[in-house]
Amino acid sequence: MKAARVMLAIAVALAMQTTLAGLTFGSRTALDLVLVVVVFTGLAYGPGAALFAGTVGGLAQDALAGRIIGVTGLAKSLVGFFSGVIGSQFIVTQPLPRFTVFMLATMAHEFCTRGLYALLAPGGFIFQWAPVLGQGIANGLVGIVAFQVVELLPGAVQRRRLGRGGIRPRVHE
Amino acid sequence: MALLEIRQRTGYMLLAVILGHLVLISAQVTTPGSAGKSVLEAVTFGIFSEIQRAAANGFGGVRDAWEGYIALRGVQAENEVLRREVAGLRIRLQEEKAVAEQSLRLQRLLAMRERLPIATTAARVIAGDATSGFRTVTIDKGTADGLRVDMAVISPDGIVGRVIRAGVRAAMVQLLIDRDAGAGALIARSRAGGVVVGVEGDPPLRLDYVTNLADVRTGDVVVTSGNDRIYPKGVVVGRVEAAERGAGLYKSIKVRPAVDYGRLEEVLVVVGPPGGASIEGKE
Repeated sequence: MKAARVMLAIAVALAMQTTLAGLTFGSRTALDLVLVVVVFTGLAYGPGAALFAGTVGGLAQDALAGRIIGVTGLAKSLVGFFSGVIGSQFIVTQPLPRFTVFMLATMAHEFCTRGLYALLAPGGFIFQWAPVLGQGIANGLVGIVAFQVVELLPGAVQRRRLGRGGIRPRVHE
Repeated sequence: MALLEIRQRTGYMLLAVILGHLVLISAQVTTPGSAGKSVLEAVTFGIFSEIQRAAANGFGGVRDAWEGYIALRGVQAENEVLRREVAGLRIRLQEEKAVAEQSLRLQRLLAMRERLPIATTAARVIAGDATSGFRTVTIDKGTADGLRVDMAVISPDGIVGRVIRAGVRAAMVQLLIDRDAGAGALIARSRAGGVVVGVEGDPPLRLDYVTNLADVRTGDVVVTSGNDRIYPKGVVVGRVEAAERGAGLYKSIKVRPAVDYGRLEEVLVVVGPPGGASIEGKE
Protein backbone atom coordinates (compact mmCIF):
# COMPACT_ATOMS: atom_id res chain seq x y z
CA MET A 1 0.00 0.00 0.00
CA LYS A 2 2.81 2.31 0.94
CA ALA A 3 4.64 1.45 -2.30
CA ALA A 4 1.51 2.13 -4.31
CA ARG A 5 1.08 5.50 -2.70
CA VAL A 6 4.71 6.37 -3.40
CA MET A 7 4.37 5.22 -7.02
CA LEU A 8 1.21 7.28 -7.45
CA ALA A 9 2.87 10.32 -5.93
CA ILE A 10 5.84 9.98 -8.24
CA ALA A 11 3.63 9.60 -11.26
CA VAL A 12 1.71 12.74 -10.35
CA ALA A 13 4.93 14.59 -9.65
CA LEU A 14 6.38 13.56 -12.99
CA ALA A 15 3.24 14.63 -14.79
CA MET A 16 3.26 18.00 -13.07
CA GLN A 17 6.99 18.40 -13.55
CA THR A 18 6.66 17.99 -17.30
CA THR A 19 3.78 20.42 -17.29
CA LEU A 20 5.82 22.96 -15.34
CA ALA A 21 8.90 22.54 -17.48
CA GLY A 22 8.70 26.16 -18.58
CA LEU A 23 8.92 27.45 -15.03
CA THR A 24 12.58 28.20 -14.43
CA PHE A 25 14.73 30.08 -12.00
CA GLY A 26 17.86 31.33 -13.69
CA SER A 27 18.90 28.56 -16.07
CA ARG A 28 17.42 25.78 -13.97
CA THR A 29 14.02 24.38 -13.30
CA ALA A 30 12.57 26.23 -10.36
CA LEU A 31 10.98 23.11 -8.92
CA ASP A 32 11.88 19.44 -8.69
CA LEU A 33 8.62 17.85 -7.66
CA VAL A 34 10.02 14.32 -7.88
CA LEU A 35 12.69 15.32 -5.39
CA VAL A 36 10.00 16.78 -3.17
CA VAL A 37 8.14 13.45 -3.28
CA VAL A 38 11.34 11.54 -2.49
CA VAL A 39 12.27 13.73 0.50
CA PHE A 40 8.70 13.69 1.65
CA THR A 41 8.71 9.89 1.52
CA GLY A 42 11.94 9.79 3.47
CA LEU A 43 10.62 12.06 6.21
CA ALA A 44 7.24 10.32 6.34
CA TYR A 45 8.11 6.63 5.81
CA GLY A 46 11.81 6.22 6.44
CA PRO A 47 14.99 5.49 4.44
CA GLY A 48 13.84 2.24 2.77
CA ALA A 49 10.78 3.77 1.21
CA ALA A 50 12.72 6.88 0.22
CA LEU A 51 15.38 4.74 -1.40
CA PHE A 52 12.72 3.04 -3.46
CA ALA A 53 11.09 6.35 -4.34
CA GLY A 54 14.37 7.95 -5.27
CA THR A 55 15.38 5.04 -7.48
CA VAL A 56 12.08 4.86 -9.34
CA GLY A 57 11.61 8.61 -9.64
CA GLY A 58 15.20 9.33 -10.65
CA LEU A 59 15.34 6.58 -13.26
CA ALA A 60 12.03 7.77 -14.69
CA GLN A 61 13.34 11.34 -14.89
CA ASP A 62 16.52 10.19 -16.60
CA ALA A 63 14.57 8.09 -19.05
CA LEU A 64 12.17 10.91 -19.87
CA ALA A 65 14.93 13.51 -20.16
CA GLY A 66 17.07 11.39 -22.50
CA ARG A 67 20.15 11.71 -20.32
CA ILE A 68 22.44 9.03 -18.97
CA ILE A 69 20.07 6.73 -17.15
CA GLY A 70 21.11 6.31 -13.57
CA VAL A 71 22.71 9.64 -12.71
CA THR A 72 19.59 11.31 -11.33
CA GLY A 73 18.44 7.94 -10.03
CA LEU A 74 21.59 7.53 -7.99
CA ALA A 75 21.48 11.11 -6.73
CA LYS A 76 17.83 10.86 -5.72
CA SER A 77 18.35 7.46 -4.12
CA LEU A 78 21.14 8.83 -1.95
CA VAL A 79 19.25 11.99 -1.06
CA GLY A 80 16.08 10.05 -0.28
CA PHE A 81 17.93 7.54 1.85
CA PHE A 82 19.68 10.17 3.95
CA SER A 83 16.49 12.19 4.22
CA GLY A 84 14.87 9.09 5.61
CA VAL A 85 17.72 8.59 8.03
CA ILE A 86 17.37 12.18 9.22
CA GLY A 87 13.62 11.76 9.55
CA SER A 88 14.03 8.62 11.60
CA GLN A 89 16.83 9.94 13.80
CA PHE A 90 15.57 13.43 14.51
CA ILE A 91 12.22 15.00 15.24
CA VAL A 92 11.38 16.70 12.00
CA THR A 93 7.76 17.64 12.42
CA GLN A 94 7.86 21.39 12.39
CA PRO A 95 7.81 23.42 9.18
CA LEU A 96 11.22 25.00 9.67
CA PRO A 97 13.16 21.75 10.16
CA ARG A 98 11.31 20.25 7.25
CA PHE A 99 12.11 23.26 5.11
CA THR A 100 15.76 22.91 6.10
CA VAL A 101 15.77 19.26 5.14
CA PHE A 102 14.22 20.06 1.77
CA MET A 103 16.80 22.81 1.23
CA LEU A 104 19.73 20.61 2.14
CA ALA A 105 18.34 17.70 0.13
CA THR A 106 18.00 19.92 -2.93
CA MET A 107 21.58 21.12 -2.61
CA ALA A 108 22.89 17.61 -2.00
CA HIS A 109 20.96 16.32 -4.99
CA GLU A 110 22.36 19.03 -7.22
CA PHE A 111 25.84 18.42 -5.86
CA CYS A 112 25.60 14.69 -6.56
CA THR A 113 24.16 15.19 -10.03
CA ARG A 114 26.74 17.77 -11.06
CA GLY A 115 29.53 15.67 -9.56
CA LEU A 116 28.49 12.54 -11.42
CA TYR A 117 28.19 14.42 -14.70
CA ALA A 118 31.60 15.97 -14.11
CA LEU A 119 33.00 12.48 -13.70
CA LEU A 120 31.29 11.09 -16.78
CA ALA A 121 31.49 13.93 -19.26
CA PRO A 122 34.05 16.60 -20.07
CA GLY A 123 33.33 20.11 -18.88
CA GLY A 124 34.26 19.94 -15.23
CA PHE A 125 32.24 20.50 -12.08
CA ILE A 126 29.93 23.49 -12.32
CA PHE A 127 27.87 24.41 -9.32
CA GLN A 128 25.81 27.64 -9.36
CA TRP A 129 24.57 28.60 -5.94
CA ALA A 130 21.81 31.01 -6.83
CA PRO A 131 19.66 28.71 -8.97
CA VAL A 132 20.22 25.85 -6.54
CA LEU A 133 19.20 27.99 -3.57
CA GLY A 134 16.17 29.18 -5.52
CA GLN A 135 15.19 25.61 -6.31
CA GLY A 136 15.80 24.63 -2.70
CA ILE A 137 13.51 27.36 -1.41
CA ALA A 138 10.83 26.41 -3.90
CA ASN A 139 11.12 22.72 -3.08
CA GLY A 140 11.05 23.51 0.62
CA LEU A 141 7.91 25.60 0.33
CA VAL A 142 6.17 22.98 -1.78
CA GLY A 143 7.25 20.29 0.65
CA ILE A 144 5.91 22.16 3.67
CA VAL A 145 2.64 22.77 1.89
CA ALA A 146 2.49 19.09 0.94
CA PHE A 147 3.02 18.05 4.55
CA GLN A 148 0.36 20.48 5.75
CA VAL A 149 -2.09 19.22 3.19
CA VAL A 150 -1.45 15.58 3.95
CA GLU A 151 -1.60 16.10 7.68
CA LEU A 152 -4.57 18.47 7.80
CA LEU A 153 -6.66 17.15 4.96
CA PRO A 154 -8.10 14.05 6.71
CA GLY A 155 -9.24 16.13 9.73
CA ALA A 156 -10.82 18.80 7.53
CA VAL A 157 -12.72 16.20 5.52
CA GLN A 158 -13.98 14.61 8.67
CA ARG A 159 -15.16 17.95 10.05
CA ARG A 160 -16.90 18.67 6.78
CA ARG A 161 -18.71 15.33 6.84
CA LEU A 162 -19.80 15.84 10.38
CA GLY A 163 -21.04 19.36 9.56
CA ARG A 164 -23.25 18.05 6.75
CA GLY A 165 -24.87 15.59 9.12
CA GLY A 166 -25.95 18.36 11.61
CA ILE A 167 -23.64 17.21 14.26
CA ARG A 168 -21.26 19.80 15.43
CA PRO A 169 -18.06 18.59 16.78
CA ARG A 170 -17.36 19.47 20.35
CA VAL A 171 -15.04 22.37 20.54
CA HIS A 172 -13.13 22.94 23.72
CA GLU A 173 -12.62 26.52 24.36
CA MET B 1 17.70 -5.52 17.90
CA ALA B 2 14.91 -5.40 15.38
CA LEU B 3 15.79 -1.77 14.63
CA LEU B 4 19.39 -2.79 14.02
CA GLU B 5 18.30 -5.50 11.60
CA ILE B 6 16.08 -3.07 9.76
CA ARG B 7 18.95 -0.60 9.51
CA GLN B 8 21.27 -3.30 8.29
CA ARG B 9 18.73 -4.39 5.70
CA THR B 10 18.27 -0.80 4.57
CA GLY B 11 22.02 -0.36 4.39
CA TYR B 12 22.31 -3.43 2.17
CA MET B 13 19.53 -2.05 0.03
CA LEU B 14 21.39 1.26 -0.31
CA LEU B 15 24.53 -0.57 -1.29
CA ALA B 16 22.66 -2.63 -3.86
CA VAL B 17 20.97 0.46 -5.28
CA ILE B 18 24.27 2.32 -5.56
CA LEU B 19 25.93 -0.63 -7.27
CA GLY B 20 22.98 -1.07 -9.59
CA HIS B 21 23.11 2.57 -10.60
CA LEU B 22 26.84 2.49 -11.14
CA VAL B 23 26.53 -0.56 -13.37
CA LEU B 24 23.69 1.09 -15.26
CA ILE B 25 25.66 4.29 -15.74
CA SER B 26 28.86 2.55 -16.75
CA ALA B 27 26.95 0.56 -19.35
CA GLN B 28 26.14 3.80 -21.14
CA VAL B 29 29.34 5.77 -20.75
CA THR B 30 32.45 5.45 -22.86
CA THR B 31 35.91 6.61 -21.89
CA PRO B 32 38.62 8.05 -24.13
CA GLY B 33 40.74 5.29 -25.60
CA SER B 34 38.17 2.59 -24.99
CA ALA B 35 37.43 2.28 -28.74
CA GLY B 36 33.71 2.92 -28.34
CA LYS B 37 33.26 0.36 -25.60
CA SER B 38 31.24 1.35 -22.58
CA VAL B 39 32.85 1.56 -19.17
CA LEU B 40 30.86 -1.52 -18.15
CA GLU B 41 32.22 -3.46 -21.09
CA ALA B 42 35.73 -2.20 -20.48
CA VAL B 43 35.60 -2.95 -16.75
CA THR B 44 33.91 -6.31 -17.32
CA PHE B 45 36.44 -7.23 -19.97
CA GLY B 46 39.28 -6.05 -17.76
CA ILE B 47 38.05 -8.03 -14.75
CA PHE B 48 37.31 -11.16 -16.76
CA SER B 49 40.60 -10.94 -18.61
CA GLU B 50 42.38 -10.88 -15.26
CA ILE B 51 40.29 -13.84 -14.10
CA GLN B 52 41.10 -15.63 -17.35
CA ARG B 53 44.76 -14.79 -16.92
CA ALA B 54 44.72 -16.11 -13.36
CA ALA B 55 42.85 -19.22 -14.48
CA ALA B 56 45.26 -19.74 -17.35
CA ASN B 57 48.20 -19.34 -14.99
CA GLY B 58 46.59 -21.75 -12.56
CA PHE B 59 45.81 -24.32 -15.21
CA GLY B 60 49.26 -23.77 -16.74
CA GLY B 61 50.83 -24.43 -13.36
CA VAL B 62 48.78 -27.57 -12.91
CA ARG B 63 49.63 -28.70 -16.43
CA ASP B 64 53.32 -27.99 -15.89
CA ALA B 65 53.21 -29.89 -12.63
CA TRP B 66 51.44 -32.75 -14.37
CA GLU B 67 53.84 -32.81 -17.30
CA GLY B 68 56.86 -32.15 -15.10
CA TYR B 69 56.21 -34.60 -12.31
CA ILE B 70 53.21 -36.87 -12.51
CA ALA B 71 53.55 -37.67 -16.20
CA LEU B 72 57.20 -38.48 -15.60
CA ARG B 73 56.16 -41.99 -14.65
CA GLY B 74 55.64 -42.66 -18.35
CA VAL B 75 58.76 -40.74 -19.21
CA GLN B 76 60.76 -42.90 -16.84
CA ALA B 77 59.84 -46.04 -18.76
CA GLU B 78 60.49 -44.24 -22.03
CA ASN B 79 63.79 -43.02 -20.64
CA GLU B 80 64.75 -46.56 -19.76
CA VAL B 81 63.96 -47.75 -23.28
CA LEU B 82 65.89 -44.85 -24.78
CA ARG B 83 68.82 -45.50 -22.44
CA ARG B 84 68.96 -49.12 -23.56
CA GLU B 85 68.71 -47.97 -27.15
CA VAL B 86 71.55 -45.50 -26.64
CA ALA B 87 73.64 -48.21 -25.02
CA GLY B 88 72.96 -50.50 -27.97
CA LEU B 89 73.83 -47.76 -30.42
CA ARG B 90 77.04 -47.01 -28.53
CA ILE B 91 78.04 -50.65 -28.73
CA ARG B 92 77.18 -50.69 -32.39
CA LEU B 93 79.17 -47.52 -32.93
CA GLN B 94 82.13 -49.06 -31.16
CA GLU B 95 81.80 -52.15 -33.33
CA GLU B 96 81.63 -50.01 -36.45
CA LYS B 97 84.60 -48.03 -35.27
CA ALA B 98 86.53 -51.22 -34.54
CA VAL B 99 85.66 -52.59 -37.96
CA ALA B 100 86.82 -49.37 -39.58
CA GLU B 101 90.05 -49.39 -37.60
CA GLN B 102 90.59 -53.05 -38.43
CA SER B 103 89.98 -52.30 -42.06
CA LEU B 104 92.55 -49.52 -41.91
CA ARG B 105 95.07 -51.76 -40.22
CA LEU B 106 94.52 -54.52 -42.72
CA GLN B 107 94.91 -52.03 -45.56
CA ARG B 108 98.24 -50.91 -44.13
CA LEU B 109 99.27 -54.52 -43.58
CA LEU B 110 98.33 -55.45 -47.12
CA ALA B 111 100.13 -52.46 -48.52
CA MET B 112 103.26 -53.38 -46.57
CA ARG B 113 103.03 -57.00 -47.67
CA GLU B 114 102.81 -55.97 -51.28
CA ARG B 115 105.82 -53.70 -50.91
CA LEU B 116 108.01 -56.24 -49.14
CA PRO B 117 110.37 -58.35 -51.30
CA ILE B 118 109.96 -61.27 -48.94
CA ALA B 119 107.16 -63.78 -48.54
CA THR B 120 104.87 -63.07 -45.60
CA THR B 121 101.60 -64.30 -44.26
CA ALA B 122 99.13 -62.26 -42.26
CA ALA B 123 98.04 -63.44 -38.88
CA ARG B 124 95.71 -62.18 -36.20
CA VAL B 125 96.65 -61.89 -32.56
CA ILE B 126 94.22 -64.07 -30.64
CA ALA B 127 95.71 -63.98 -27.18
CA GLY B 128 98.20 -62.03 -25.17
CA ASP B 129 100.45 -62.66 -22.25
CA ALA B 130 101.24 -59.71 -20.16
CA THR B 131 103.25 -61.58 -17.57
CA SER B 132 105.83 -59.25 -16.25
CA GLY B 133 109.15 -59.87 -17.94
CA PHE B 134 107.89 -62.57 -20.25
CA ARG B 135 105.89 -60.94 -23.00
CA THR B 136 104.33 -63.14 -25.67
CA VAL B 137 101.25 -63.18 -27.86
CA THR B 138 99.47 -65.98 -29.66
CA ILE B 139 98.59 -65.68 -33.33
CA ASP B 140 96.04 -67.66 -35.32
CA LYS B 141 98.46 -69.19 -37.81
CA GLY B 142 100.57 -72.32 -37.29
CA THR B 143 102.55 -74.95 -39.06
CA ALA B 144 99.57 -75.67 -41.28
CA ASP B 145 100.12 -72.20 -42.73
CA GLY B 146 103.86 -72.69 -43.15
CA LEU B 147 104.96 -71.14 -39.88
CA ARG B 148 108.03 -72.39 -38.10
CA VAL B 149 110.01 -71.45 -35.04
CA ASP B 150 112.30 -68.40 -35.34
CA MET B 151 110.30 -66.80 -38.08
CA ALA B 152 110.22 -63.03 -37.76
CA VAL B 153 106.97 -61.25 -37.00
CA ILE B 154 106.57 -57.68 -38.12
CA SER B 155 103.84 -55.05 -38.38
CA PRO B 156 103.46 -51.90 -40.46
CA ASP B 157 104.92 -49.92 -37.55
CA GLY B 158 107.98 -52.06 -37.12
CA ILE B 159 109.38 -55.23 -35.67
CA VAL B 160 107.17 -57.28 -33.35
CA GLY B 161 109.17 -60.37 -32.39
CA ARG B 162 109.75 -63.97 -33.44
CA VAL B 163 107.87 -67.25 -33.38
CA ILE B 164 109.06 -69.32 -30.45
CA ARG B 165 106.46 -72.06 -30.54
CA ALA B 166 104.45 -73.24 -33.53
CA GLY B 167 101.28 -75.27 -33.27
CA VAL B 168 99.26 -76.58 -36.18
CA ARG B 169 96.78 -73.73 -36.18
CA ALA B 170 98.40 -71.21 -33.82
CA ALA B 171 101.80 -69.98 -32.82
CA MET B 172 103.37 -68.18 -29.88
CA VAL B 173 105.34 -65.05 -30.65
CA GLN B 174 107.98 -63.68 -28.35
CA LEU B 175 107.79 -59.92 -28.42
CA LEU B 176 110.99 -57.96 -28.81
CA ILE B 177 110.32 -56.27 -25.48
CA ASP B 178 110.56 -59.64 -23.68
CA ARG B 179 113.55 -59.65 -21.37
CA ASP B 180 114.93 -62.75 -23.14
CA ALA B 181 114.44 -61.31 -26.63
CA GLY B 182 117.08 -59.67 -28.72
CA ALA B 183 117.78 -58.60 -32.28
CA GLY B 184 120.69 -57.27 -34.26
CA ALA B 185 120.17 -53.54 -34.79
CA LEU B 186 121.91 -50.42 -35.95
CA ILE B 187 121.44 -46.67 -35.96
CA ALA B 188 119.94 -45.84 -39.36
CA ARG B 189 121.76 -42.48 -39.60
CA SER B 190 125.29 -43.41 -38.45
CA ARG B 191 125.10 -47.16 -39.12
CA ALA B 192 126.51 -47.84 -35.65
CA GLY B 193 125.62 -51.45 -34.84
CA GLY B 194 124.60 -53.24 -31.66
CA VAL B 195 122.02 -55.56 -30.17
CA VAL B 196 118.60 -54.40 -29.09
CA VAL B 197 117.21 -56.30 -26.12
CA GLY B 198 114.06 -56.20 -24.05
CA VAL B 199 114.29 -54.84 -20.51
CA GLU B 200 111.95 -54.29 -17.66
CA GLY B 201 111.30 -50.61 -17.39
CA ASP B 202 110.42 -47.65 -19.46
CA PRO B 203 111.31 -47.58 -22.29
CA PRO B 204 111.28 -51.37 -22.64
CA LEU B 205 114.17 -51.62 -25.16
CA ARG B 206 117.89 -51.06 -24.82
CA LEU B 207 120.55 -50.95 -27.49
CA ASP B 208 123.68 -52.69 -26.25
CA TYR B 209 127.16 -53.04 -27.57
CA VAL B 210 127.42 -49.68 -29.26
CA THR B 211 130.86 -48.24 -28.60
CA ASN B 212 131.29 -44.95 -26.86
CA LEU B 213 132.91 -43.63 -29.98
CA ALA B 214 129.81 -44.19 -32.11
CA ASP B 215 127.68 -41.25 -33.19
CA VAL B 216 124.30 -41.73 -31.53
CA ARG B 217 121.85 -38.95 -30.87
CA THR B 218 118.49 -38.77 -29.23
CA GLY B 219 115.77 -39.29 -31.84
CA ASP B 220 117.88 -41.49 -34.11
CA VAL B 221 115.91 -44.29 -35.78
CA VAL B 222 116.99 -47.80 -34.88
CA VAL B 223 116.46 -50.53 -37.47
CA THR B 224 117.23 -54.22 -37.61
CA SER B 225 120.65 -55.13 -39.03
CA GLY B 226 119.77 -58.65 -40.26
CA ASN B 227 122.88 -60.07 -38.63
CA ASP B 228 120.86 -62.38 -36.36
CA ARG B 229 119.54 -64.31 -39.40
CA ILE B 230 116.03 -64.04 -38.02
CA TYR B 231 114.78 -60.54 -38.74
CA PRO B 232 114.95 -58.99 -42.20
CA LYS B 233 117.30 -56.10 -42.50
CA GLY B 234 115.95 -52.57 -42.25
CA VAL B 235 112.79 -53.14 -40.19
CA VAL B 236 112.15 -50.23 -37.82
CA VAL B 237 112.74 -51.05 -34.16
CA GLY B 238 112.20 -47.63 -32.62
CA ARG B 239 113.86 -44.32 -31.77
CA VAL B 240 116.69 -43.47 -29.42
CA GLU B 241 115.21 -41.84 -26.38
CA ALA B 242 118.41 -41.39 -24.43
CA ALA B 243 122.08 -42.06 -25.30
CA GLU B 244 124.75 -41.70 -22.62
CA ARG B 245 128.37 -42.54 -22.39
CA GLY B 246 128.70 -45.83 -20.51
CA ALA B 247 131.12 -46.75 -17.72
CA GLY B 248 132.89 -49.32 -19.93
CA LEU B 249 133.36 -49.47 -23.64
CA TYR B 250 129.73 -49.19 -24.66
CA LYS B 251 127.10 -46.53 -24.55
CA SER B 252 123.91 -46.81 -22.57
CA ILE B 253 121.13 -46.29 -25.09
CA LYS B 254 117.42 -46.41 -24.33
CA VAL B 255 115.12 -47.09 -27.27
CA ARG B 256 111.42 -46.30 -27.50
CA PRO B 257 109.80 -49.07 -29.63
CA ALA B 258 107.94 -48.05 -32.76
CA VAL B 259 105.30 -50.70 -32.24
CA ASP B 260 102.63 -50.28 -29.59
CA TYR B 261 102.80 -53.79 -28.17
CA GLY B 262 99.72 -53.25 -26.10
CA ARG B 263 97.57 -52.84 -29.19
CA LEU B 264 98.79 -55.56 -31.49
CA GLU B 265 95.99 -57.12 -33.52
CA GLU B 266 97.25 -58.04 -36.97
CA VAL B 267 100.82 -58.95 -37.86
CA LEU B 268 102.85 -60.33 -40.74
CA VAL B 269 104.95 -63.44 -40.33
CA VAL B 270 107.99 -63.58 -42.59
CA VAL B 271 107.74 -67.04 -44.09
CA GLY B 272 110.52 -66.59 -46.61
CA PRO B 273 114.20 -67.29 -46.08
CA PRO B 274 114.98 -66.39 -42.44
CA GLY B 275 117.96 -64.23 -43.06
CA GLY B 276 119.59 -62.11 -45.66
CA ALA B 277 116.45 -60.39 -46.88
CA SER B 278 116.38 -56.65 -46.63
CA ILE B 279 113.44 -54.30 -46.76
CA GLU B 280 115.47 -51.20 -46.05
CA GLY B 281 114.32 -48.31 -48.14
CA LYS B 282 111.17 -50.11 -49.29
CA GLU B 283 108.76 -49.23 -46.47
